[in-house]
Amino acid sequence: MEKKGPGKLSKDALKNLFEKPATTSYMGNGKIIVEKGYRGRLQYNPTKCINCKLCMKDCPTGAITIINEGTKEEKKMKAVLNVGHCIFCCQCVDSCNTGSLTFSQNVDFARLNKKDLTVEL
Amino acid sequence: MSNIDKNKVTIPIGPQHPSLDEPAAFSITLEGEKVVNAVIGVGYNHRGLEKACESRTYIQDLYIVERVCGICSHAHSTAFCISIEELAGIKVPMRAEYIRVIVAELERLHSHLLWLGTACHEIGYDTMFMYTWRDREKILDLLASYGGNRINYGVNKFGGVKRDFDETTSSDVIKTINKLDDNIKHYLEIALTETTLISRLMGIGVLSRKDALKFGAVGPVAKAAGIDYDIRVAEPYGAYKEIPVKLITDNHADVYGRTVVRIFEMQESIKIIKYAIKNMPAGEISARVPRRIPAGEVLTRVEAPRGENIHFVRSNGTDKPDRVRVKAPTESNWHGVQHMLKGGKLADVPITIAAIDPCYSCTDRAIVVNTGNDTKIMDWKQLRQYSIDWYKKEGIDIAALKL
Amino acid sequence: MILKMLIKVFIFPGFLFMSIYSFLMEYLDRKIYARMQSRTGPPWYQPIADFFKLIGKSEIIPKDANPTMFRLLPLIALASVAAAFAYIPIYSATATFSFDGDIVVVLYFLTIIPLTSFLAGWYSRNAYATIGATRILTQMFAYEVPLFMCMLAPALIADTWSISQISAYYAVHPLHALINIPVCLTGIIAIQCKLERAPFDTPEAETEIVSGVLVEYGGNLLAIFKMATNCELVLVISFFSAIFLPFFTGIAWVDFILYFVKTLLVLFILVLMRATMARLEINNTIRFCWRYLSPIAFAQLIINILVRSVL
Repeated sequence: MEKKGPGKLSKDALKNLFEKPATTSYMGNGKIIVEKGYRGRLQYNPTKCINCKLCMKDCPTGAITIINEGTKEEKKMKAVLNVGHCIFCCQCVDSCNTGSLTFSQNVDFARLNKKDLTVEL
Repeated sequence: MSNIDKNKVTIPIGPQHPSLDEPAAFSITLEGEKVVNAVIGVGYNHRGLEKACESRTYIQDLYIVERVCGICSHAHSTAFCISIEELAGIKVPMRAEYIRVIVAELERLHSHLLWLGTACHEIGYDTMFMYTWRDREKILDLLASYGGNRINYGVNKFGGVKRDFDETTSSDVIKTINKLDDNIKHYLEIALTETTLISRLMGIGVLSRKDALKFGAVGPVAKAAGIDYDIRVAEPYGAYKEIPVKLITDNHADVYGRTVVRIFEMQESIKIIKYAIKNMPAGEISARVPRRIPAGEVLTRVEAPRGENIHFVRSNGTDKPDRVRVKAPTESNWHGVQHMLKGGKLADVPITIAAIDPCYSCTDRAIVVNTGNDTKIMDWKQLRQYSIDWYKKEGIDIAALKL
Repeated sequence: MILKMLIKVFIFPGFLFMSIYSFLMEYLDRKIYARMQSRTGPPWYQPIADFFKLIGKSEIIPKDANPTMFRLLPLIALASVAAAFAYIPIYSATATFSFDGDIVVVLYFLTIIPLTSFLAGWYSRNAYATIGATRILTQMFAYEVPLFMCMLAPALIADTWSISQISAYYAVHPLHALINIPVCLTGIIAIQCKLERAPFDTPEAETEIVSGVLVEYGGNLLAIFKMATNCELVLVISFFSAIFLPFFTGIAWVDFILYFVKTLLVLFILVLMRATMARLEINNTIRFCWRYLSPIAFAQLIINILVRSVL
């Protein structure tokens, strides 16, 4: 055991002067770096969708809406996501049986207008 | 300065104060620097989440429960999942239980590192604060790449976990926690030898074993008072039935004891993670759980980083729960705070409050509306109209503003 | 002659030089502190940007406060620092002004600054500010005696009460400065305490009493107070290095560079102290100052009196 005394961190403090800082400025490298498995904005594949609407039922915040603009036989699927409501839990991805919903690593959502937050996937 | 009573001064700490992370009002009565009385006011953060759970399906509730606490999110969702699995009579695959334990211990590491940082910040030891948070960031990166998010990882689902723990993830985890182990050893050494740190923590906010039992303290607060009580040992759940957990206790019964307990717990967590990764069985990671849960009642206890989480769920055979009750550890530790503050100094108030690792929004279950003569209760529409009228009176027309 | 004097007082090495150097010192203080904590730290223009941002903000005076005193106190603090700076030697062993006894005057000016802070806190009529104000006075009782004894001990050997002459004496006899090493070490702790920086930052403990006496200040008044605090840093460090680090070559520009080297060295030690210690409680500060700093400084005084009779 070392002796008690003040200033025990001085060694670390002096060492850190010559090391790279742990922090970087936001977007310092020109883009946001996220981890590989990070849940970002949803992606939608309308051709796979069977209009079961399980994702709408399971969504905790009611952020996603699936709309069929065509007829029952000739589907024209559309998904509308309110990014302001979405909590990126990806329950819809888990609920989807056909794999038409996936998540991407896109995390840049900030918009100046509230209306721009509702996007068509 | 209107509230001077002879030589007593009452100063407010909160609802807004630099040392509080969330709003809570402490009214501290001082005699010089000595605290003679402390009145605690909570209820600024009531979110009505128990009621919200009742009006949503179980699958949606999982995400509400996970967001009860930002730091111990996994502990809450584990407790809720265990409750539902018990109600539905599902046996969770052992591999999923091991993964839950690994994530829970990673969460304990990041929670304790966060606490160590904030505690050091309260006593003006900012360099240590930066170092611990730098290390915590590594764990958050791990959890983000495995779970999918830094804080609300969303690892749990009913009947198991969402993602498998593959080789690369486990080697990443081992690499990071080995490096962290050295750092934690170094922090322990500093906590045991740095005199300025010890002088600020030793003998502060004492809650003796007797008082801890009286006020019902849990988690590191109780462990620091020498109470050997930990749900992982006392009533093991999931993979803790197979994994050996060493219970950490200390006899200081003060803030220093709580610091030491938390640092030793971090070392213990690292051992548990290593053991779990080594002994993780192969197999399925989830079992199927029906949408409708059979009627029944269940009470689950889970050891969160801050103490024990108690979840009560009553189901009525539909896909929505009848009643959900969440008791966060702060609710138990809360009662002792007033006792800890009395007799201390003003300088020790922030660190004493911080030492229980309070999480006010997890705790608040009600709002106290003080109906005096000048108080009005308004609903949302009235409030909106009131604010529009108020601004009009000030000469600003909200409707004409272009944003 | 008068013009030359005015230039010396207001531009170089007077007020303007001091304020510019105070910005540089604040930047280095923050940058080194950040790098020790493994952070990137602010860019070089951050202190200047902060200053001008504060200047542009509106001025809010509490209802209960005395407006005249509230406005006047930051100016008094800044003026006392600027006045004291004229007696500190910068680019040679001789200062702008000097007379026998100016060391006492500078110490007196240094006492005015905490007094203005105390009054600022007291006149704010705010609970946090009042507690901060009482803490400032309490801390003053802790460091005042050891600081004065530390600063006066070298003067005993030099047998003069003028800072310029003390510097000149030690420039001629640099080896005599070695006698003052113990008091130099206690002195650096005493000035840390005087500057109210961690671990002695109890009067402005952010997490306890928000920011102490300055809690009600804002806008340009806060800017002036902040500037006074930074200038105080420059003043105290320059004062310290003039007395304890007596290295002069006699060539003006070399001495000027030496001045920067000396002051930045002292600053570095102060930053290191700030980075590596937790904040002390006010009673521990008093105990520390009276139990350790005062006896050492007092012993040095006696030694120096004995040494002077030998030399």
